[in-house]
Amino acid sequence: MTAKRIASVVAHRLAILAYVAFALFPLYWLLKVSVTPNKLLYSEGIKMWPSRTSFEHFEFVLKHSDFPVFFKNSLIVSGSTAIIVTVLASLAGYAMSRFDFRGKYWIVTLMLLTQMFPLVMLVAPIFKILSPLGLTNSLTGLVIVYTAFNVPFATFLMQSFFDGIPKDLEEAAMIDGATQFVAFRQIILPLTLPGIAATLGFVFTAAWSELLFSLMLISGNDAATFPVGLLSFVSKFSVDFGQMMAAGVMALIPACLFFLLIQRYLVQGLTAGAVKG
Amino acid sequence: MASIDIAAIHKSYGIHPVLHGIDLEIKDGEFVVLVGPSGCGKSTLLRMIAGLEAVTDGEIRIDGKRVNDLAPKDRDIAMVFQSYALYPHMSVAKNMSYSLRLRKTAKEKIASVVASAATKLGLDPLMERRPKALSGGQRQRVAMGRAIVREPKAFLFDEPLSNLDARLREQMRAEIKKLHQDLGATSIYVTHDQIEAMTLADRIVAMHGGIIQQVGSPLELYDNPANLFVAGFIGSPGMNFFEGRYLATGDTANFALTGGIVLPLGGTAKLADGSRATLGIRPEHVILGAEGPDTMMATVDLVEPTGFGIIVHLKLGPVAFKAFTLDRRFLGMHGEVAVKLPVPNLHFFNEEGRKV
Amino acid sequence: MASLAARNGGSRRDQRPLKKRLADASAPYLYSAPALILIVTVMLVPLVLGISYAFRDIQLLNPFSGGFIGLDHFKTLSQDQNFYRALKNTLWWTGWSVLLQFVFGLILALLLDKPFYGRAIVQALVFLPWAVPSFLAGLNWAWLFNPVVGPIPHWLFALGLMSEPYNILSDPQLSMWGPIIANVWWGIPFFAITLLAALQAIPRDLYEAASIDGAGPVQRFISITLPFLAPTIAITVLLRTVWISNFADLIIVMTNGGPADRSQIVASYIFTQAFKRLDFGYASAIALVLLVLLITYSMLIVVLRQWLLSKD
Ligand SMILES: Nc1ncnc2c1ncn2[C@@H]1O[C@H](COP(=O)(O)OP(=O)(O)OP(=O)(O)O)[C@@H](O)[C@H]1O
Ligand SMILES: [Mg+2]
Repeated sequence: MTAKRIASVVAHRLAILAYVAFALFPLYWLLKVSVTPNKLLYSEGIKMWPSRTSFEHFEFVLKHSDFPVFFKNSLIVSGSTAIIVTVLASLAGYAMSRFDFRGKYWIVTLMLLTQMFPLVMLVAPIFKILSPLGLTNSLTGLVIVYTAFNVPFATFLMQSFFDGIPKDLEEAAMIDGATQFVAFRQIILPLTLPGIAATLGFVFTAAWSELLFSLMLISGNDAATFPVGLLSFVSKFSVDFGQMMAAGVMALIPACLFFLLIQRYLVQGLTAGAVKG
Repeated sequence: MASIDIAAIHKSYGIHPVLHGIDLEIKDGEFVVLVGPSGCGKSTLLRMIAGLEAVTDGEIRIDGKRVNDLAPKDRDIAMVFQSYALYPHMSVAKNMSYSLRLRKTAKEKIASVVASAATKLGLDPLMERRPKALSGGQRQRVAMGRAIVREPKAFLFDEPLSNLDARLREQMRAEIKKLHQDLGATSIYVTHDQIEAMTLADRIVAMHGGIIQQVGSPLELYDNPANLFVAGFIGSPGMNFFEGRYLATGDTANFALTGGIVLPLGGTAKLADGSRATLGIRPEHVILGAEGPDTMMATVDLVEPTGFGIIVHLKLGPVAFKAFTLDRRFLGMHGEVAVKLPVPNLHFFNEEGRKV
Repeated sequence: MASLAARNGGSRRDQRPLKKRLADASAPYLYSAPALILIVTVMLVPLVLGISYAFRDIQLLNPFSGGFIGLDHFKTLSQDQNFYRALKNTLWWTGWSVLLQFVFGLILALLLDKPFYGRAIVQALVFLPWAVPSFLAGLNWAWLFNPVVGPIPHWLFALGLMSEPYNILSDPQLSMWGPIIANVWWGIPFFAITLLAALQAIPRDLYEAASIDGAGPVQRFISITLPFLAPTIAITVLLRTVWISNFADLIIVMTNGGPADRSQIVASYIFTQAFKRLDFGYASAIALVLLVLLITYSMLIVVLRQWLLSKD
């Protein structure tokens, strides 16, 4: 009996270890190559850790490329998108969760449909619409597009969080003297904070990774985001693995940091959405 | 404090009617209890008075003023929910003062009102805690406190004690009664609990299927139920019913039970000769071990001691009924026993179930 | 009698004054308006425009293009062998990606559902791939598969699975597996997170009750865990399938559809038509076909779900 228990615990830990290794190894490799000096890159290509490390690749990327600009652009775009989407999705998700109205079915259908749109098909039309408004080649244009793309899923997410908060609470607030909107702001929103954090994180990472529209709507380096910069870098310096990976590591940092901060709320928030109280 | 008039209220959810014309006048300071089986529309009525549910038809007046279209916040009423609905992210003090803060009441006034309510409810040591860190009874008190700090025109309670254990419920019941005596506020109270209804109410409103069955003082409903529903719903153990046929023979009458047994009735009732009817009697009015005329022999099925008294399950032919007695002699009873159904305690209901 | 029926039938006149009725009815629309306006202007209108392109001759470099050509694109499409291959590859790509992500995601969620020392950290680490931008995940795996800087070919060689260390991304037989592996790596966390949340919402006393009733771990999993997870599984698999069939980033970054179109899926084929050959009309026609297929698939799933629900 105890032998069986121990065996199952060991199997559990080994399985966890395998997952951690699988999840982290590619990232570890990225880091490893980025700190390997050029001279050792090929001679020690498949060693687990180079015999000498250097930051020359990072130095090059930071000093002799536009990466600091890309970095700033990406931060602005992803941050604004995350905030705006969360606000809009909170409002819409609240409506979905709390009201029974005729258009609901159609709104849900529309939002589900948008998940199926082949985005490539939208590039040219969106360009055509945004271009006369001066919104191509601008961060604002990107934020608008990303916000629209992320709102549907974020709305479903927020709706599930609101569904987890008993209706009694806002009714009590309304009897206490609040309007429905005040009840929403003062009672419901604070209770949805984990859900809001989860949505913020989800949208931030999605916006941080977006490549296609950034590539198509932005020309030139001034408004380019990280993915585009990295890609152009890759095609330009496709032989210099060290520099590419150093750039990759830097692209990774903010998204990962942000994610590590909020991932706890993701599970918590989703769970709260499923159970009451 | 205020009077509440409910006139010809109807409510439908979509095409499903829930309330079919409710009329009720509640006087200033009155304590009214709504009882009725699950799903009969008690909560719906309460929520319409609170303004949480739109009125389909009819009129609700508070202090003579029509409030159908007022938002809950403008009706100046307080409500205690079954789930308590305390704001989880606020301390007890913040929970209690929320309504006053929304109304921009002066800080000193809030502090003094909240403090006095806290003292009244014994919440003083708990004021900085979050609801999560309170016991069920304490949460219930906070919910009460939140309602009383505002001195609203009326209190609405929707089964406020049903999540508490029996002992605590008894205690809170007494406290609510005391609070009502102190504040004298108009109150509407929904409950499933017989004893709460009987002890708290100035008037009980018995509802069934979205219709008011009877309104009256607790004893009125108990002694003189208007119809079969009220007779069966009020009282525990419930009233015994015997179906049969009313047979008039001059000045006196008999009641032929469906099982073939004939009960002689001392006098007459306002029923047509030969009509089908139901006869009712409360278990405590059934006389066990009776002697003399008009007694019948019943079989003892089961004896249930409740501590306070004894419930005896009996059978008269195929018809089952109950008797309640305080006499402990009947504890060990079995076999047959002579019973008598005294005529003054009998209730007659006609075919439509109305009392005659 | 008739009037009574009308009264009880709910066709009773609504008594609220018009203004309040309007305010009540419009509240949900006001809450959702900003989101809706954005979706309609930035997604729906472009979609309609994009659909119209499918019936026009739109070539970016040809100033004389733009005319309506009816169903010509679709006629071409029906003869396009590359399209059929891409369609087959899409099934392959989507099917394996979803299946592997789901299976490994479920196992991970079950592993994480047990309390153990350091669980919070482990959870943060195993979910990390999700935060990696998709194109970077693609680049990263492409590098790992590259014998010049990556270890994987050398490991496979050492294990005797390869005659010499070479890049599987340039092997027509295997090239599709590169993006699939990257996709699985990247997508496991999504399944694990949603399934873990659903798992933690299952009341614990159900398991206790089942153990008392004598159910073993496998029986508990089948009779409690799976039924509770079923709705989450259904919706996540549906959403995921749709996303992944539209998801071309990894393929474009890693193999660009090659070698010899062996890893070309419909989404990347559209991309190639639009941005390499700059034929937006034809690209839109393919995209329209893909959209119709996806909508059909989703409707089938929804109908199936409805049917399953109505059965019990
Ligand atoms: N939002 C709603 N939509 C449709 N029907 C509803 C809604 N709320 C309540 N009902 C229906 O209205 C009827 C009355 O409900 P209500 O909650 O008033 O009953 P109740 O008397 O309070 O019951 P209980 O004692 O169980 O609390 C029920 O049949 C219920 O199904
Ligand atoms: Mg109720």
